[in-house]
Amino acid sequence: MTADEGTWVYAVAGSIREEWFNGTAGVAGRPVRAVTAAGLAAAVTRVSLAEFGEEPLHRHMEDLAWLEATARAHHHVIEIVARHGPVIPMRLATVYYSDAGVADLLARRQAEFADVLTWITARTEWGVKAYAAQRPAEPGPPGPSRQAGPATGGPAGEVTGAGPEGPAGPAGPEGPGGTGRGAAYLRRRRMALSAKQEARQAAISGADAVHAGLAKLAVAVQLRPLQGPQLTGQASQMVLNGAYLVDDARSGEFTAAAQNLASQYPGIRIELTGPWPPYSFAAVDQDAAVDQDAAVDQDAAVDQDAAADRGREPGR
Amino acid sequence: MNAVAPRGTGGEPHRGERAAALPVTVSPALPSAEDTAGPPAAGSAAGQQPVALVDLLDRVLAGGVVIMGEVRLSIADVDLVTVSLQTLISSVGTALGGPAAGREPDRDR
Repeated sequence: MTADEGTWVYAVAGSIREEWFNGTAGVAGRPVRAVTAAGLAAAVTRVSLAEFGEEPLHRHMEDLAWLEATARAHHHVIEIVARHGPVIPMRLATVYYSDAGVADLLARRQAEFADVLTWITARTEWGVKAYAAQRPAEPGPPGPSRQAGPATGGPAGEVTGAGPEGPAGPAGPEGPGGTGRGAAYLRRRRMALSAKQEARQAAISGADAVHAGLAKLAVAVQLRPLQGPQLTGQASQMVLNGAYLVDDARSGEFTAAAQNLASQYPGIRIELTGPWPPYSFAAVDQDAAVDQDAAVDQDAAVDQDAAADRGREPGR
Repeated sequence: MNAVAPRGTGGEPHRGERAAALPVTVSPALPSAEDTAGPPAAGSAAGQQPVALVDLLDRVLAGGVVIMGEVRLSIADVDLVTVSLQTLISSVGTALGGPAAGREPDRDR
């Protein structure tokens, strides 16, 4: 109401009842409300522009504690709406000056929102991430912590049993012909590097196969940017970060397929997350929203363009 | 809700110091649709395993519908998302209890 407040938008749905959020705090600990217009509803919270205005938002985005609390509150509200029916999640930090602005949005884009809601009805997003199944070889000198095993020839190569081709052979600490510690080290390092490369190649082709297998069960897919080891907190390389929109009727089939495919490609380790609200597939005016006709034919519906655009960037 | 259980190959302790290499791990993101009474999966201090922050940020920052709010972060453009995630890397790594940032030089970028 006052000029120093804004309206944070969580999600759009066909209908939203405020009692769903009894006892639920939205962002900034504030209550969640519904704005209705044009046969649609948005879940919103009034927020202070001193905290959620453009400039303060920019600052807060760099504050992990703030970002986490806000992201979890945002997600939680979307989750609650999702329990009651199809939901279109808004990206974090969609803020209007007033409820009226939100109502206007609903009215202006009524047709698009309605189409998307229809499209995502009874469908769920699943996330599948794949990692190279082993820790990459340490590029540095022989690991101080891990030099005990003479026959292991370095950390790479032995873990997965991905295939018989493991080049991290039996060379031993001082392989045949080695003349000195320096030469032996260089040899080990070369082998470790090529083992790492082969392992990565195996992981990438495994990830491709897993993705292809899962895409057949999905009505749409989106390859998301790969996350680096620092972000994932995992030493192993991420080789697939896919989102899959799956008919609810096929959820079991999808998760079972994820498991089956994973066991077929031991060079990778798979993480399945979900079910998610359709964060990756609710785009109103973007290509990711495969049109409904195409959706009839599953294979055609798989969004190859998006897949290509997002890029696998396997090597680099 | 999840048909996939982490495949527990009980034996073979996979010598690594960290990261047991189960082929499939499952993280709940949502309670099942029927589970309306269930406690929230996110934001609750209660027992339920919360969604991993990195997965959550990957979706709320990079996913979702981008509508130009009247007040808007230029978060709409991917750049800020990337920037935010990059600046958060070290903190996230710590928060996740993973290997500390910089533990392994990221040679791929």
